[in-house]
Order: sequence, then C-alpha cells, then structure tokens
Amino acid sequence: MKDRNTPLIFERSRPGRRATCMPSADVPVRPIEDLLPAASRAAEPPPLPELAEPDIVRHFTSLSTRNMAVDTHFYPLGSCTMKYNPKRNERLASLPGLADLHPYQPEDSLQGLFHILHELQQMLAEISGLPGVTLQPAAGAHGELTALMIAAAHFRRLGQRRTKVLTPDTSHGTNPASARMAGFQTVTLQSTPEGYVDLDDLETKLDEQVAVLMVTNPNTLGLFDQQIRQVSERVHARGGLVYLDGANMNAILGIARPSDFGADMMHFNPHKTFSSPHGGGGPGAGPVCVSQALEPYLPLPIVARVDSKYRLIQERPHSIGRVRSYFGNVGVLVRAYCYIRTLGPAGLRRVSEDAVLNANYLLSLIKHFLVVPHGDRCLHEFVASAAEVKKTRGVRGMDLAKRLLDYGFHAPTVYFPLTVPEAIMIEPTETESKETLDAFAETLFRILEEPLDRLQEAPYTTPISRPDEVQAARKPILRWTCD
Amino acid sequence: MNEEQLLYAPTHEWVHVAEENGERIATIGISAFAVELLTDLVYMELPEVGKELIQGEEFGEVESVKAVSPLYSPVNGQVVAVNSELPDRLETLSDDPYNEGWILKVKLAGDAELANLMDYPTYQKQCAEEG
Amino acid sequence: MAYLFNTPEDQSQMLAAIGVESLEDLFASVPPDLRLSEPLDLPSALSELELVQHVTGLAARNGSSVDRVCFLGGGSYDHFVPAVVDSLASRGEFYTSYTPYQPEVSQGNLQAMFEYQTMVCQLTGLDVSNASLYDGGSATIEAVLMALNATRREGKVVTSRSLHPEYREIMKTYLANLSTELVTVDAAEGRTDLSALAAAVDSQTACVVIGHPNFFGALESMGEVARIAHEAGALLIQVFDPISLGLLKRPGDWGADIAVAEGQSLGSPMSFGGPYLGLMACRESFVRRLPGRIAGQTTDRRGRRCWVLTLQTREQHIRRAKATSNICTNQGLIALRAAIYLAAMGPHGLRETAELCLQKAHYAQQKLTAASRYQLAFAQPTFKEFVVRDSRSDVAHLLSQAERRGWLAGIPLERWYPELHDCFLVAVTEKRTREQIEGWADCLCSDLEDVPF
Repeated sequence: MKDRNTPLIFERSRPGRRATCMPSADVPVRPIEDLLPAASRAAEPPPLPELAEPDIVRHFTSLSTRNMAVDTHFYPLGSCTMKYNPKRNERLASLPGLADLHPYQPEDSLQGLFHILHELQQMLAEISGLPGVTLQPAAGAHGELTALMIAAAHFRRLGQRRTKVLTPDTSHGTNPASARMAGFQTVTLQSTPEGYVDLDDLETKLDEQVAVLMVTNPNTLGLFDQQIRQVSERVHARGGLVYLDGANMNAILGIARPSDFGADMMHFNPHKTFSSPHGGGGPGAGPVCVSQALEPYLPLPIVARVDSKYRLIQERPHSIGRVRSYFGNVGVLVRAYCYIRTLGPAGLRRVSEDAVLNANYLLSLIKHFLVVPHGDRCLHEFVASAAEVKKTRGVRGMDLAKRLLDYGFHAPTVYFPLTVPEAIMIEPTETESKETLDAFAETLFRILEEPLDRLQEAPYTTPISRPDEVQAARKPILRWTCD
Repeated sequence: MNEEQLLYAPTHEWVHVAEENGERIATIGISAFAVELLTDLVYMELPEVGKELIQGEEFGEVESVKAVSPLYSPVNGQVVAVNSELPDRLETLSDDPYNEGWILKVKLAGDAELANLMDYPTYQKQCAEEG
Repeated sequence: MAYLFNTPEDQSQMLAAIGVESLEDLFASVPPDLRLSEPLDLPSALSELELVQHVTGLAARNGSSVDRVCFLGGGSYDHFVPAVVDSLASRGEFYTSYTPYQPEVSQGNLQAMFEYQTMVCQLTGLDVSNASLYDGGSATIEAVLMALNATRREGKVVTSRSLHPEYREIMKTYLANLSTELVTVDAAEGRTDLSALAAAVDSQTACVVIGHPNFFGALESMGEVARIAHEAGALLIQVFDPISLGLLKRPGDWGADIAVAEGQSLGSPMSFGGPYLGLMACRESFVRRLPGRIAGQTTDRRGRRCWVLTLQTREQHIRRAKATSNICTNQGLIALRAAIYLAAMGPHGLRETAELCLQKAHYAQQKLTAASRYQLAFAQPTFKEFVVRDSRSDVAHLLSQAERRGWLAGIPLERWYPELHDCFLVAVTEKRTREQIEGWADCLCSDLEDVPF
C-alpha cells in the first residue's frame, strides 16, 4: 500500500469544474418564481465540491488502495465471518430486472422477485428450523430489536407483565442496547469460563418477570454450549422465550438447527453466513426466524403464495407493524439467495465443515506459541491470548495485531471477548487455503520473536502509523471546513 | 489541598468540607489514583448548578476513548458551583487533581453521611488492594 | 466447489495435524441428539451457469423501470446515476472490506466516511453528520429517540399525516414499547394543519417531525413549523428529500435541530426498497447523542493527518444498554455511493437536477389536468411529486391498465389515506422525457380497455 496521503476531495475542488452537466429541459420552462414561493428557495445550491470526472475517479480509486479487503488480503477478523464474496452474486443482484424495481410497483410485475424472496424465506426456515420468517430488518442488531419487540407484543397479548431480558456478560453490546430500545430492563448473566450460560446464575435470575434470554451459540469463543437445551428448557419452564444471536451460524449449517436446541427466535447475518459483502460496514440484513406461536407478531410485509401467485401480506391483526420502510435490504437478500442456491444442502454443510476444519487446523499451529485458553478444539473460530507474552515481554495483543498488517494480513479481532485477557480472536472462514493458514501461523510465530520496541511501533508499511484516538475524541473534527 | 486531609468515597471521589458564608460547602473531585486508572480522558459530563445530589448516586460521567465511568456523589446536598473549565482542560485532572482539578461544590444537606467516607490511610489501603 | 479450497489431500493432512480421525470428530462438542440426522431440505446446488440462467429467468419475469416508464415515488425514486458511481463503488477494495476497526489499513473507507459526513453537512446546513443509518424510515425514529434523550421530555412526539405513512408506522412500532405518546395532526389540505399543530405541541413535547417536501410532494410552512416547535421548547426534526436541496432552503436554514432523509436518490438503485441509506445530521450540541458510527480526523505517530472511528463511547459495544442506539453497522457502501454521486453532481449538477424535476413535474401536472377527468388534489406548491384526483374514482383499475401498457403511472393512496381513495401520487424525475410525460398523460386520458396481463 502506498505511503502517501490522498488529499480530501474538498481540497481538489476548483470553482467551475464539472463532472455532470444535465441536459436542458425538453419541456416548456416556467419561471421558478411561479412554481416555488420565494421563502422556500435557497439563493445558492449547497456548497458541494466541484470536480472534473477524471479527478473523482482518481480520488476514489486512490482511496480504495488504502483499504485491506477480502478481495486483497486474508481477513481473519473473529466474529465477523469475512468470507469470500462471490462475483456471480454481485452480477445477478444488479440485473435491471432486480435492481430497478420500485417498492410500490404492482405485485403482478414483481412475481420473479417474489419467487426469490419467498424461497429465501422457506430456506431460512429450513436452516433454522423456525417456520416464521421476516426479511425486513436491515441488520443483525435490527433483527435483534425486531425479535424483542415480537416478544414484547406476545407477552402483552398474553396479559403477562414481563420486564426483564437476560443477556450474558459475553454477549455483543447490541443485545442489551436492543433490549432497552424494546422497553426492557437488562439483567446481566454470568458466563462460565468457557463462555457458556452459568446454570446456577441463570437459576438465581430466572423468574416470571423474565421475557427473553438472549444467547449466542456457538458462542464468541467458538464453542458449542452443550447444556443449551437445559438452558432453554429452564427458560421455557418459567414461560420465557429464548433468542439466539445467529452471528455464528457459519459453524453449524446443516449440522444442527437452533430450533432443536430450543430457540424460539433468531436472526441471520446474511453478510456473514451467506457471503453478501460487508461493504466497508454495511449494508447487511437481519432476517428473523420465529416459532409458529410467534409468527402472528412478525413485522410486515411478508411474501406469501396465494392461489398460484405471490402476494405481499400487508396486514395481520397482531403484527408489531413495520421496523423499516418498504420490504427490506432486498439487494442483500438476493445475494444470500444466490449463495444458498449455489451451495445446496451438501454444499452448506461442507461450508461449515471446512470453516471448522480451517479454524481447528490454525488452532493446532498457533497453540504451540500462543496460549489458547479454551483447549485444543473449537468450531468456526477460536480465541488465543497474549497475556503470557505480555507478562514475560510486555508484548500486547494489539502490538501483534498491528505488526501482522505489515506482513499483509488483516488483524484478528483483539480485546473481545472481554473475559479473555489480551484476547486475539481468529476466524479464518472456509474460503481460505491451507497455504494461507500456514503462512499466517508462520508469520505470527516470527513476529513473536521480534524485539518489543519493533512491535510497539508497528505497523510500518501501511498508509499511516497508529492514529491518535485520544486527540480524535477530545477535540472532535467530524467534517472538513474551509480555512 | 492536601490529599492526606481529604475524605474519600469507595468509588474514588474525594471531599473537602469547609465553612463558606455560614454554609457547609463540600468541594468534590476524583483522586489521583482514579485518574491514573481511567487513562487518557477525553470527555466529561457534569450536572447543572442547583441539582440535588444523593450520596452514592450518579452525578456525571468521565469518558476515555473506549470506556465510560460514572461519577458518584460522595455527599447529600445541592450543587452550588461547577468547574466548567474542566471539560475543556481534562489534563488538569491528572496534573492537579486536588486543587485546579476540583469538579463540584455542594452545599451539604447534613453532616451525617460524611461518616460513610474514608480517611486518607483507609483509602490508601483500598487503593493498594485494587492496584 | 467454487469457493472452497480443501482437497481430500489437504483435508487428511489437516486432520492429522489437528490429531483427529475425521471431520465428524471436530463436531464432537455438539451433543448427538442435537445433530441433524438428515441433510437440510433445500434445493440442490446450481453451477454458476445454471444459477445465472435461473436468476436471469426470474428477473425477466419482473417489470423493471427499464421496460416500463416509472412515475412512482413515495420516498424511492428513479433518478439518474452517473457511471462513475457504479464503477468506483464496485471496486472490491471498497465493497469487500469491513467496518474500519484497524484504521491503519482502512484509511480509504474512513476518509470516504469523513467526506460523506462533510457533504451531508454541506447539503443540510447542519453542523455534524454520522456515517449513515439504515434508511430514511429508521433514521426518522432514531432522530425521535435522540430528541427524547436530548430534551429529557418523554411525554409526546408530534408528527403530521403528511409525513411518509411508513415512517409513521415505524415510529408507532418503536414507541409502542416506550411511554411516549405519538400524536399525528391532520393535513387535510395536503400540508400540516398549523393550528392543529400549535394545539398539539406542548411543554411535554420532545419533538415535531415534519416532512418537507412532504409525502404528497407539497412544501410545508417550515418557518411556522419551526416557530411552533421551538416556542414550546421542542426540537424540530425535518425529513427532507436530498435532491430538493438543489433548490430549496436547507434544513439548517429553517432552524431544524435534526435532519434525516432517505438517501437512495443519491446514486443508488431502487432495488425494491433496499439497501438504502439513512442520512442524519444535527446541531453541534447533540453530537454525543448521535446514533451510529462517526469518523473523525486526527494524526498518526508521524504527525500525518488521518481518520479514525471516534466518539465510540456513545455506541453499543461500550455503553451497552445505555448506548444512544443499538446500531452497529452503518450503510458504508451506500454512503460511499452517495458521496461519489454528490461529488459527481457538484452544486450545479444538483441544482440542474432539481430544476429539471421541478419543471418536468409541473409539465406533467399541466398535461394531465388538461383533461377534465383529472384535478390536482391539493393547491399547495409542490416540488417533484403531486397528488392527482381521478373524478371517475377508478384508480386501481386505471393504474393496473396503465401498467399493462408499460407505465408505472402512480401510487394509489387509499391504502394509507382512505379519504383519498380517488387519488394517486405521481413523481417525475429528471429522467422522464417530454415524450414519456406526454405518453403517460395520453395513456391515462385514453379509454383504457382491459388488456390481459
């Protein structure tokens, strides 16, 4: 990557330059004063930058070279499932017959798209074992919130006042934040050192006020909670619901189904599990699957097949309503559909097998020089710890992460989960070769041999060195202004 | 102010009580030990003058880049002054936590709850255990 | 299998290194009674060629805006997208990267976010912008939640029937679980009834939420709305149309405290509703209550200017239940498209686009209402959309027959506004040619006999 700054687009701007000239009007033009009241009009258009087209192309192309991405680098970012994003899905999602559809055009003119969305609903129901599906939520966190609103509506209808949501201390921060937005109080549940639900603590905190237990299984340590069924049974025995954070579904596609271990609701992350691209932080999607009992509360619209045609269901008496405008992140859903159809049932299982094989293989290499506190086996990801090297040599997990960048590897997730000191969370995914895993492990081994000061100043070859985050937060500069 | 003559809450706030115009006024700050633990502070949220505080309840927050820590009132009473320059000069908290780094002045509602606070040697012991 | 690497030989080497016999052994931690005994009941795998044929065939069964002429709006519009937007945003270095957790290797995304934030401020006339939210509708409720928090008033949120009905439904869904009342004032004349608004807003009101231009395409009396909100100590949230700001005063000019918008118009396809882009900007004093990611400028160890994610203590991964929102991701790629679009348009391109929308929409109005069958439903000034009343009150049949002749002619309003059962909403963008507008008007004015689909 080039060690050269790219000026801000505003600094390239010169008055009078144009990239787009719109044609003159081909309809009779009336004086603007006749059409818009003076008080509503701006004297000048907004002060946007002014550039010629080649300048825009060079600018953003130059910016693109200052990123690491799945297309360019191994990206073992734990809990994010940075798998390869198939090009065929990109091509298909941008077909005019899919991308140029208006959300309010007549249903008869949408039958091909509805076929895709309906089949996707069915496929997600099959993979999760939960028959009710909404494709509307725009992201995983949005799916969580939707599910909690469904739970709230369910208990309201039953006339039960349940005010609490249990979230494990290892959970993603979105869990408690979503619970609060849905009007619940969150109660933090302790985890065992393996990140499993602590049954004793669950017993103490479980009562008739608990609406939902939110659980991530397989968990963020890449381990499957063997007591998950007992956990669900206890929650159900008290009349509560179990929500499964589906962030780690890449480990168990075709191996196990959330409904079988007791989940009443879950969300999928198509941008993790089903290969739609992460887009530099979105768009994702957050489809939610629920048990039959909760189906009446799903947000609308939902695609249904009625009399040999596909229709949108717009009204149901107990639906929570809408959580987003229009149908949902359709472009992302189409990519997920293409992915599932490409792999089929055997292929999806093979995805999880290879994801788990790759993670275990990498673990088997890394455990020889870095502590992996939770043993020799994992599912799709594992968490190593730099606590030992920190104690003996002062080397921190972050230093290792930053030095890896110099060798052309994106860093793993560091400092999450918080329960592991100096955590280094590694998720290789199934779309990497043994050679890449070997090279990564060897590099990490070599880095560990480097002198402390060499590591603490890393990275050296990236477009910038470590940024000053304190300065950024103390005196926030959140936009460019002309001097 | 001399840190050895202050009172301390278990949550690391210090208190200095003095008579001002016939009122019992508590000056409140956070200890050098706490500032050190919090590392590079970037933001601080303080209450408005006039707010009633209750011992042990939150009155504000300090933030570092990746953590938020609530500030708890060590006394009962009403806020009569706020060090409004502090949020723009957070380095004062580490440079001079017991003088320039004062946070609030509170008109005490009573003296009774001061008995719940620690003296310097007791607080030192707590810090040694936490450190 | 196209995306996988491990050959049988790789597999046996890897299993040996791990020290297990079979793949099955790696799943030993999944209790046997929880394991699936049968393969998933899913359609079998397709090769790339088969997939392309299958999906292309399905896409061909849709009537897209390529083979129909689109006069539909309602928050999603058929605007022109310059080629540079697709060309640049489809670079793998952008779309296959993730949230910039490692700023040293994410400067491209971070700088683009910072540039996007700046352009949203330039567009809205407000001080700060976040790095984007999901869509216009969820951005609206996020603004409301922000206002509840900032004003510490939880009693009431006031909006108008002229606001996008789906945005109102989203507010209703979210507020159902909180103690806040949602009051919706009437807009019988096609814009918010100001005396009803003044009567509804009180000292418990956290915010007033108004679309300008509104769902009917009409301009609201923003000066009056702002006065009513602010006199009661409530915040003004304006839902705007980004393209309209080529001509109209900016939300900041009206005194809006928070401005939100659907950003699809800025360089993204309609895609049956998503992925879209929620724009959000606000006054400086609310910056710590903004939801979502924010990029900020700083320097690296060698003193070079660079960018990082900042003010992260607002967010869920740190503040958990007390976070400003549960939002984790933004809509990075769609925000990038918006930034490229705005750079490609520049101030003059945006103004020209807005002027073309305005002129063509008014020409369409004039053409259609020349026929005695159609009248404008409201007398308010409009930007690029307007409501037409069909004196024969035959909207559903009319629009479906027009569709069969290749015209996506308008959106029936009865679904949301029973009293407007004889009305439909029409949007005219810069893409509509005179010929198309005249063809559309001719079609709606002709005697539409039933043709089979």
